[in-house]
Amino acid sequence: MTTRIDTRFEKLKAEGRPALVTYFMGGDPDYDTSLKIMQALPGAGSDVIELGMPFSDPMADGPAIQMAGQRALKAGQSLKKTLSLAADFRKGDNETPIVLMGYYNPIYIYGVERFLADAIEAGIDGLIVVDLPPEMDEELCLPALKAGVNFIRLATPTTDDKRLPLVLSNTSGFVYYVSMTGITGSAIADTSKVNQAVDRIKSHTDLPVCVGFGVKTAEQARAIGQSADGVVVGTAIVNQIANTLDAKGAATSDTVESVATMVRGLATGVRAARLAPTQ
Amino acid sequence: MNQTTNPNSFRTGPDEQGMFGIFGGRFVAETLMPLILELEEEWTRAKADPAFRAELDHLNAHYTGRPSPMYFAERLTEHLGGAKIYFKRDELNHTGSHKINNCVGQILLAKRMGKTRIIAETGAGQHGVASATVAARFGYPCEVYMGATDVQRQAPNVFRMKLLGAKVHPVTSGHGTLKDAMNEALRDWVTNVDDTYYLIGTAAGPHPYPEMVRTFQSVIGQEAREQMIAMEGRVPDMLIAAVGGGSNAIGLFHPFLDDKDVQIVGVEAGGKGLDGEEHCASLTAGSPGVLHGNRTYLLQDGDGQIKEGHSISAGLDYPGIGPEHSWLKESNRVEYVPIMDTEALEAFQLLTRLEGIIPALEPSHALAEVIKRAPKMGKDQIIVMNLCGRGDKDIFTVGKILGVEL
Repeated sequence: MTTRIDTRFEKLKAEGRPALVTYFMGGDPDYDTSLKIMQALPGAGSDVIELGMPFSDPMADGPAIQMAGQRALKAGQSLKKTLSLAADFRKGDNETPIVLMGYYNPIYIYGVERFLADAIEAGIDGLIVVDLPPEMDEELCLPALKAGVNFIRLATPTTDDKRLPLVLSNTSGFVYYVSMTGITGSAIADTSKVNQAVDRIKSHTDLPVCVGFGVKTAEQARAIGQSADGVVVGTAIVNQIANTLDAKGAATSDTVESVATMVRGLATGVRAARLAPTQ
Repeated sequence: MNQTTNPNSFRTGPDEQGMFGIFGGRFVAETLMPLILELEEEWTRAKADPAFRAELDHLNAHYTGRPSPMYFAERLTEHLGGAKIYFKRDELNHTGSHKINNCVGQILLAKRMGKTRIIAETGAGQHGVASATVAARFGYPCEVYMGATDVQRQAPNVFRMKLLGAKVHPVTSGHGTLKDAMNEALRDWVTNVDDTYYLIGTAAGPHPYPEMVRTFQSVIGQEAREQMIAMEGRVPDMLIAAVGGGSNAIGLFHPFLDDKDVQIVGVEAGGKGLDGEEHCASLTAGSPGVLHGNRTYLLQDGDGQIKEGHSISAGLDYPGIGPEHSWLKESNRVEYVPIMDTEALEAFQLLTRLEGIIPALEPSHALAEVIKRAPKMGKDQIIVMNLCGRGDKDIFTVGKILGVEL
């Protein structure tokens, strides 16, 4: 089954450039602002949208995304509303892939079958669920693949060659390479190391490989885009949102536009990268 | 496949995937998965290694002070006028609680694995103190994550940890309690994967922690069994223990799970009552969900967001529970009941006056259940309660509630 994700990466491959994948937290700082941010992303140069599902205990995230989740939950965000956000976005954009990213418990409580049905209905293309390693594939990964939703796995610096085939099995859409051992928003040590890791993963799979965790600037995006098929920016965008909020944590007239401006800058960096010649 | 009723034995879990029925598992980020597999491999080797067993036994005997006494509480028994009450006195262990049993075991594993840095989470600070203690004993740097709220209400334990050379990180993210401390410890571990050993304090978290912690704590139940047979010529009629994460309880219960005639009761923190939000009774009032690496009963809302718990006892103040307890609940082998703050506080004072033992607020919950049950039982019947911690750490909390300035 071909998803919007597959179609998008094929198109970008033809253009000879990597994807800019942008993450933001659904419902941060409130539903309506969040929808406007999402609607502004494709025009600003985002090729794939990662839509964060807030969770009370985000154990793989740094302070920026933790706070974004808390803001969203405080504003009344729920998994159901995050799915509505995607559905509302789809009314005006039927091409940009949407990947939901978050933790398993809200999905488990929603009910896996019902969640997959509603996610497809809302126009979701893929899932990244941080706390579901391949050992737990029966929980959500296999049902998602059966339902035609991509299950995007995280590969990390601790995923060695012995384990990589297991991680890649049942992965679809793309592979998300976590640039370092750490939480979201930490600093990338060395982009050349990241590029070596991307090459290693590519020797095991034909899937596109996107790199995230710690990419903050257009220059980093360009450097990583030389080997990766996509560059994920999350914390920097979430911080940008946070910086425009008023003292009470509410959106201001700058919020949406400042995110769009940042994404345009990142898109310039990504578009300046050249894909490494494919074999 | 997920049979939860009438298994041949209640003592064979978890399975190879780390599951107790539908509970347990390994719900962790990929970065941690190789570390957890490495830990499982080393744990499997250690279990089969007589030298590991010998070193553990030696430390238990000469460092911790095991076996802990089995004490017949004569005056309490008389006072209640029913079943004979025995205390398994793990509060007499080095560091003042059962937590040391697990820490001694895990530090030996950390040493075998060549790790050079220890991290731990703590609520009341008992596990933090026990971790800092074994880290000092074996010469490791130790960093303890503790909710900022708990740092304030458990100041003596914070100072103890610092004296022992540990670094205490107050955790302000989330609501600054034990669950946030555990999140922060996991964030540290995911960042420092090469050198760090995460010393989890309760029988929860991703496989193999629940099984491993249970095994180290089962020394409580094994001793209790031998002591009962020596003292009374038989196993007791009832076991009672407090459950927060559930490590002292599973340690007492596990060796008796297949003794069909032994009734087993776990006591949760009912806080200010189950009809409100201020309690920690995840088994009685929660529902199954996934947090901190395992599926288990949790306090959560309809969207799967985890709620904050409340208990007078910081050690029971965790919105989850070890997965094996969830399974034992669903298979009806163990009965779980709540005890309110006020009941625990009364039990605390009663024991202090009647037996000259100041219990921690955690086992005071178990004691309150003993007080309810013993009078209804025959004088020839026997209850064993796990007196898993001493109350020195709680005198400030109790003083404040009783209106005494210390």
